[in-house]
Amino acid sequence: MLRLENLTVNYGPVAAVKGITLNVEEGEVVGVVGPNGAGKSTTLHAITGVVPPSGGEIVFEGASIVGELPERLVRRGIALVPEGRRIFGTLTVGENLQLGTTGRANKTTVDDDLERIFRRFPILKTYIKTPAGRLSGGEQQQLAIARALISRPRLILLDEPSLGLAPFMIDLVFETLNELKAEGRTILLVEQAASRTVAFADRSYVLNTGRIVLSGSRDELAGKADFAKAYLGGVIA
Amino acid sequence: MTALLLSIDLSKDFLLQNLVNAISLGSLYALIALGMALIFGIMRLVNFAHGDLLMVGGYALVLLAGPPWPVLLLATLAICALFALGMERIAFRPVRNASASTLLVTSFAVSYFLENGAQLIFSPLPKTTNISNTLIQSWQVGAIYIAKLNALTVALTLVLLALLGLFLGRTTIGVQMRAAAEDFGMARLLGVRANTVIAMSFAIGGLLAGVASFLLVAQTGAVFPTMGLAPVLVGFVAIVLGGMGSLQGAVVGGFLLGLISVTLQAYLPLTLRSYRDAFTYGIVLLVILLRPQGLIVARRERQRV
Repeated sequence: MLRLENLTVNYGPVAAVKGITLNVEEGEVVGVVGPNGAGKSTTLHAITGVVPPSGGEIVFEGASIVGELPERLVRRGIALVPEGRRIFGTLTVGENLQLGTTGRANKTTVDDDLERIFRRFPILKTYIKTPAGRLSGGEQQQLAIARALISRPRLILLDEPSLGLAPFMIDLVFETLNELKAEGRTILLVEQAASRTVAFADRSYVLNTGRIVLSGSRDELAGKADFAKAYLGGVIA
Repeated sequence: MTALLLSIDLSKDFLLQNLVNAISLGSLYALIALGMALIFGIMRLVNFAHGDLLMVGGYALVLLAGPPWPVLLLATLAICALFALGMERIAFRPVRNASASTLLVTSFAVSYFLENGAQLIFSPLPKTTNISNTLIQSWQVGAIYIAKLNALTVALTLVLLALLGLFLGRTTIGVQMRAAAEDFGMARLLGVRANTVIAMSFAIGGLLAGVASFLLVAQTGAVFPTMGLAPVLVGFVAIVLGGMGSLQGAVVGGFLLGLISVTLQAYLPLTLRSYRDAFTYGIVLLVILLRPQGLIVARRERQRV
């Protein structure tokens, strides 16, 4: 479904991503882990068109999406749950969700989808008229996920969803992710919380200083934990 | 000292009269500042060519002179909105992703272009026009005179503020504009089209400038190529005063500037009155020193843990 081929991204003279090749198949949950500065977020930024790749190819459902406008990506079926959540704090919860429907071709079933989302995140229904900035960090993360889901994406990108959350909130986020996985959704999850991510994803890639240093299925990576520990200083512990 | 103070009128009627004038002038400033704040909020652009839209509207009024004032008002609105859209499409869209300073310099270029164009076409000398004889008449309430034009200024401003509030609060594109003002990148990732929201903010800014232009020309009767310079400066100071990027702040800033300006004009001793603007901006500087973030803080990209 999504394929990165030898992707490189430079920030000025600095190479942040140095030739990454990875793929996400339909219905698969893929994790990307690695320490700070490994190039995880940069990879997502390249996919979402925030930074232009300096080389390589990004293919979604058979077509290149390099150079595509950000507002076109969601119409193609890619939704992002961004790092730091980036909900609109001055807008109400309802307006945030309304914005999530902007890219939908079919708006007649929005109300049904909203009902489903409110069953999953009841707190959002309670706060529908509240400015989203007043929600707690965990509630904002729920909103960010809901805002992505309401666009009816075929691929969900999550950038560090556990970052800055209290431990029990992180549990809640992974609980939600497990539900999404059980529904058969296609997910690319970028996380620093490596062990949890590797245990959750079907397959994972380990990034360090812009390169993939390790990849494999959940079981394969479990067997290589010692190697990773030595190589990455305990990223997979 | 006594001689200095003798020139000041401390009566209640004089105070009320000046309050009426201050509200009217503040309305005009608020309209200009609001248009600039709307564009700044979304594009992070202080559009110094915004004042030249007032000039464009002014020449439109000179050329169209004749029909009743409501017709003239609508025509000015349309022409100013069109020029604002043209400005965005021709000058600002190509440099949209450039740095803030590039955008700023572009706005100066557009401003010089329009002013010099007007000079070439209409000569640097002021043209005069009389928009309406009815509007310059006044109602007398007790000892206070309320010019019909001032009443129209305040009424139009209130109606426009209410309409803009409804538009931004209730319509899909309005919600998209507010989202874009808070986090443009995220709004685009959700599917908000950059071209649409930016063009819409210019169009609305143009409409507001059109109204301001009509009211200003109806008041002064004079149109000249550089007539937009003073208003754009006032608009800029008002949005800084109110808090960059905050629409409510721009309105409050505009009214406050009007109030300060009229009050100083009325109550400064005669010998100091010619330095009114120096005092006005002195007060503005003081406010900004005490509250560098402006009176109302625009919230954007704020997150909680």
